[in-house]
Amino acid sequence: MLIPDTRADAVELSPLERERYARHALLPDVGIEGQKRMKAASVLCIGAGGLGSPVTLYLAAAGIGRIGIVDPDVVERTNLQRQVLFAESDIGRPKIEAARDRLLGINPHLQLDLYPERFTAENAVSLLEPYDVLVDGTDNFATRYLSNDVAAFAGKPNVYGSIFRFEGQASVFHPAAGGPCYRCMFPTPPEPGLVPSCAEGGVLGVLPGIIGSLQATETIKLIIGKGEPLIGKMVHVDTMTMRFREFKLRKDPECPVCGETPSITEPIDYEAFCGMPEPPPVVEEISVQELKALRDAKIPHTLLDVRGKDEITICEIAGSLKLPLPELSDRIDEIPKSPRVVIHCKGGVRSAQAAEVLLENGFKEVASVAGGINAWSEEIDSEVALY
Amino acid sequence: MTIKLLYFSLLRDAAGGTEETTHTIQDTDSISVADLLQRLYTQHPALRPWDGKILVAADLEYVKRDYLIHEGQEIAIMPPVQGG
Repeated sequence: MLIPDTRADAVELSPLERERYARHALLPDVGIEGQKRMKAASVLCIGAGGLGSPVTLYLAAAGIGRIGIVDPDVVERTNLQRQVLFAESDIGRPKIEAARDRLLGINPHLQLDLYPERFTAENAVSLLEPYDVLVDGTDNFATRYLSNDVAAFAGKPNVYGSIFRFEGQASVFHPAAGGPCYRCMFPTPPEPGLVPSCAEGGVLGVLPGIIGSLQATETIKLIIGKGEPLIGKMVHVDTMTMRFREFKLRKDPECPVCGETPSITEPIDYEAFCGMPEPPPVVEEISVQELKALRDAKIPHTLLDVRGKDEITICEIAGSLKLPLPELSDRIDEIPKSPRVVIHCKGGVRSAQAAEVLLENGFKEVASVAGGINAWSEEIDSEVALY
Repeated sequence: MTIKLLYFSLLRDAAGGTEETTHTIQDTDSISVADLLQRLYTQHPALRPWDGKILVAADLEYVKRDYLIHEGQEIAIMPPVQGG
């Protein structure tokens, strides 16, 4: 039992709490006993974003006694399409503070721990230490591996969810209960740039609501010790067909974290493991102001846009040659070797990678636009949509 | 032998945009996951950069590259996802 009887028995529910949780108390599999387990339980949620919003809202409402939230970011307008923790009036506020107001507004009995910092190899073990369950609501591979590893080291369940565009997945990684971990499924991370983030590829606003609700449900089941947890199983949801598929996962006996002879027993350098930070800037960068000067002076150059076609429908800089980064190597002959090639993407990461590809393929004069089309929108032409 | 291929997320775009296809392989009654992927890379070169990162499930169970696929199986081909 994740929450031992002694801890659940030590908890009291006030008359107001008994009234608040009356619909749980009626459920034979929850009852007052399950509600006490929830009050005795503690959950650490990594990330207060698309997934962290429904996770923390439902866990707070359900009566989880103690919730910790780790997130260093501030609320941005682009968050509001899916991050239902936050309101228009929260724009510019630290997410942690906005989350505190909202969650304590829902349930004043909650003990809320706020960590306005990144979850890192240095702080992860001590941050997780007081909690029973980790919920992975992060948005990048490095933090996903870190979350997985520290949960496995501590013998605690990692309630996993991830989302992209119209599809998402959820699972419970819990080697201490005999299940596989994230690394059994994904032994090595993809190279940076191969898998777009939601900021680059988009995400349906309601999708994290679905996946985060699955994570909150699994967390509650683990805490009350009822039902069949998603250990060794991954649910995949495709919202366009509304198909839910359940895949069986296998524990990898050679897994470096949860296998028979683990080689990783403490946090590693996850940025290096995931190929970050970006390679050294041998690539020349130019500012959007310099690009504008080139265009105004009609200095010959090829402006190459390496964003995906869905991004191009949102906005573009007129006159660009469009060639998405994943297709670049196969279609490199379509780019003239001279004059100079000036490359842009959304924010400057993919364009720097594209510039490297061109340099490796014999191009001599290549530059990447710092800040990408978003900087162009903010500093040069506000008619170009920011996304 | 004939199998059903299911592409997920970005790999659907890389494989030409359809979720489900049937795939027929002449003169054999089984093929390893690794060999199947090589055939698919030839057919859809945009899949090749994902080599090594693709998750493959046979009849809803994750399998490794040496797994032998048989007639009639449903093979799911899925990329890793990071968003949250």
